[in-house]
Amino acid sequence: MIPAIVIFVYLGIVLFIGIANRGGHGDPDAERYFLAGRALGPAVFLLSLVGTNMTAFSILGASGHAFSNGIVTFGLMASSSALIIPFGLFLIGTRLWSLGRRRGFMTPVQMFRDRWECRHIGTAIFAVQAVLLVPYIIIAVMGGGTTLQTVSNGLVPFWFGGAIVSLVIMGYVFFGGMRGTAWVNAFQTVLFLLFGAIAVSVIANGMGGFRGAVEDLLASPATSPLLSRERVAPLYFFSYSFIPLSSIAFPHIAIFCLTARRLGHFRKTVVLYPICMLLIWLPSVFLGVVANRATDVPAIEAKLEARSTLATAGPSLEPAEAAALGAQASGDDVILRLVEGYAPLWLAALLGAAVMAAVMAADSQILALSTMFTEDIFAFYGGKARFGDRVQVQTGRIFIVLITIAAYAIALRTPQSIFNIATQYAFAGYSALFPLLVGALFWRNSTKWGALAVTLWTAVTVLAVAIIQQTIPAPPPGQTVAVLTIGGTAVVERIASGTTVFGLLPVVPMTIGSALLMGVVSRLTPGARANGRTLDTYFPKTA
Amino acid sequence: MAVTLWVALALYILHQGFVPIGLFYHAAYTLAVSAVLAWLVRAYWPAHLEDPADA
Repeated sequence: MIPAIVIFVYLGIVLFIGIANRGGHGDPDAERYFLAGRALGPAVFLLSLVGTNMTAFSILGASGHAFSNGIVTFGLMASSSALIIPFGLFLIGTRLWSLGRRRGFMTPVQMFRDRWECRHIGTAIFAVQAVLLVPYIIIAVMGGGTTLQTVSNGLVPFWFGGAIVSLVIMGYVFFGGMRGTAWVNAFQTVLFLLFGAIAVSVIANGMGGFRGAVEDLLASPATSPLLSRERVAPLYFFSYSFIPLSSIAFPHIAIFCLTARRLGHFRKTVVLYPICMLLIWLPSVFLGVVANRATDVPAIEAKLEARSTLATAGPSLEPAEAAALGAQASGDDVILRLVEGYAPLWLAALLGAAVMAAVMAADSQILALSTMFTEDIFAFYGGKARFGDRVQVQTGRIFIVLITIAAYAIALRTPQSIFNIATQYAFAGYSALFPLLVGALFWRNSTKWGALAVTLWTAVTVLAVAIIQQTIPAPPPGQTVAVLTIGGTAVVERIASGTTVFGLLPVVPMTIGSALLMGVVSRLTPGARANGRTLDTYFPKTA
Repeated sequence: MAVTLWVALALYILHQGFVPIGLFYHAAYTLAVSAVLAWLVRAYWPAHLEDPADA
């Protein structure tokens, strides 16, 4: 129960930080509320941006994936993100900041409407962005409820935990706006960074050092592949590197780029971002791998036995039995079990708070959705001109309350697995929207029809992958089900972990298809190019 | 910007005791990315994007 009490104290601290740092008194105007007055300092900008990009997956999912697949998890997810995300901030984030400062933009859709001189195509982009963002918010409420239920050994029921987390997020986003949310995210990032270092040293002490565990893993043919990249095929490794393109295309990240006080704040953020990734992911991945030798922890021993049974008797098992064993062998809670087995109670409590910090990353997404609604819909269709700035902020706050209540209601009624899958679509969908930013900022000849083609392609392909995964049951690991075959060649296949196209994850053809559509459709519609004055704004002649 | 893109492409191609050597590679690679970015932001900073009010 002590970890649950610590988490409640932590939630109280977070609420205080968010409300105390709302900045200024009286009613804020839209820019102050939604963008922190474009005045965040360099430290909060860096830490909050790192925290905003972290989800529960960074701590729990990474160690779970490494538990099953080995050290390749770090190359697959962390070092690819450590390369692509800071380059995205350097090349695209700085341009978004500059245009936001000069043109007053508060959302990506405002920029797209201005760049391509369009109206309703911007609304279509808003709709696709919003639909892809919602599953995240729901999964955060679910994660909060599950975490409190787990750390309290069931004393705090799921519905109550989810309600508490929803109220806390709603509270500091409602009152604190972007400034309060950024300070909370910065605090949470510090917690992530501290937890990784402390967990490694405490668990190493509990296991009597890591050298013996790693040597045991190396000596066994069953576990030595965990110390190499053997468990992940090269095409899968290549495919996964398209996922980090989604980061800068996520509205909450693009909007956050507008909050820096000066362009110079991007310098330290770009340089230090990979190091923050290293400090957060390396402990998670390493602990996930060495957990394979933590056989004196009963819960981990049970996972290893389930995995062994699946490997030896897999084909002869009933589907339901195989699914139950698969769930038992899953490593998503392996770091929780390690801490439970080797760490003192205070570290278990700190871990609970760190996990809670990760699942609460939805605060930025709720605020982004509210910003998008009030700017791209309410203000664009005349609400701001008619009712004024104050009503716009009040509308944004009402939207925050409504979206949080809706997320909580859906979280109570829907199985979590559905939203776990939906968030996978969201990453692929935002990677497919990445060519919108490239076309707008780097290609004079891109047109609004190219942008519409990208948006519709993203919506259709996300829907197609969702339908395939919902209607065709996943085959056992190592087997495939052909979904579409052309001339004897399997084009689309259903595999245990999802869907592939020519052996690649769907994100690859989705993103390449988007880029091609932007190019081809823009070339076919030269009459729709923006006028010279607009183009001079976006492509100034530099000396 | 062309230099930045070529450097990014080169790093992307490159990406594609008790520490497994693969993990050591990737940790060193991540630190190298940070060092290269430090050079890029110093040498190729997009100064034309600065707000004149911040000069």
